[in-house]
Amino acid sequence: MTGVQTTLAMHVSDGLLDARTSVLFLVVAALGVAVALHRARRDLDDRTAPLAGLVAAFVFAAQMLNFPVLPGVSGHLLGGALAAILVGPWVGALCVTIVLVVQALLFADGGVTALGANITNMALVGTAAGFLVALALRPLAVRGKGGLAAAAFLSALVNTVIASGGFVLEYGIGGQGGVAFGTVAAAIIGVHVLIGLGEGVITAVTVTSVAAVRPDLVHLLRGTARPLELRTSPLTGGNRA
Amino acid sequence: MTRNRTFFVGFAVAALLLAGIVSYFADSDPDGLDSVALDGCTVVETGGGETLEGDCIAQHAQDHPLAEGPFADYTVGGDDRLTGAAGVIGVVVTLAVGGGLFRVLRRRPEKG
Repeated sequence: MTGVQTTLAMHVSDGLLDARTSVLFLVVAALGVAVALHRARRDLDDRTAPLAGLVAAFVFAAQMLNFPVLPGVSGHLLGGALAAILVGPWVGALCVTIVLVVQALLFADGGVTALGANITNMALVGTAAGFLVALALRPLAVRGKGGLAAAAFLSALVNTVIASGGFVLEYGIGGQGGVAFGTVAAAIIGVHVLIGLGEGVITAVTVTSVAAVRPDLVHLLRGTARPLELRTSPLTGGNRA
Repeated sequence: MTRNRTFFVGFAVAALLLAGIVSYFADSDPDGLDSVALDGCTVVETGGGETLEGDCIAQHAQDHPLAEGPFADYTVGGDDRLTGAAGVIGVVVTLAVGGGLFRVLRRRPEKG
């Protein structure tokens, strides 16, 4: 028997996945984070780097705020879509990764061997899915506040559901316990559609608030305020002042 | 750049307020993943805490290796009246780690 701890955040604990699966996703997470570290460089400059640190801190804070979704069940922001819309997908993935590492190591929230699974689900897969939706809806987002809110809402909803799908996949590969895969999959996806609605609202409010004062800092809107801004190629050294 | 500073300070204050104050109003029910992991079990209060009876995923959860840490479960020394303080510490640490990493990674304009 294991002691039950009521946690504040929606993370995989140690022991829910077998050792092989935990290691597999630690490797997946390490590879993904390495790619993100490499690709994030070109989205970070003196203007965006401070914002990125603040986005990570904001996601940490928002993850503490569980909201009710069903009687006896809560949910909270994951933050991947929010971060990706504000600071880009690569930096956004790193923001969520930092939050998950701080939570696991400082607040005992989310397992340590399960960190790979949590990073894979929330920082990598969820963020990527959310950003792809945001990118597809960019023509809508650049039209105005309503369009941006709608794009942010939908990308966050997809981010939550796909991230929870990551756990379903991991449970299918090496989940502990005798609960049938289909039962777990339906329950997890179902409840995360509801949580995704909350994530969508929080993301839409946050993104439109930032865009109202500093549209130039919103990664998804980049290039619309100053359409002639040139981006230097990494091959030529990028000596933009 | 005062415009930048105002915006960044406002963003930081928002995060601190959420973690330091709004966190007291967070729903303490198990979240989506935890509640599915608990499906099939009943939580039974015993003298030494809580145990799970039945058959569910959460029975396989191990105690967190850092469960005895000073800020475990968003408390300070186990005192959940100090969740706000733990939240503020988390925001500051996340900002320090993230700010430091992104500062190191950023592209710097070449001089000369």
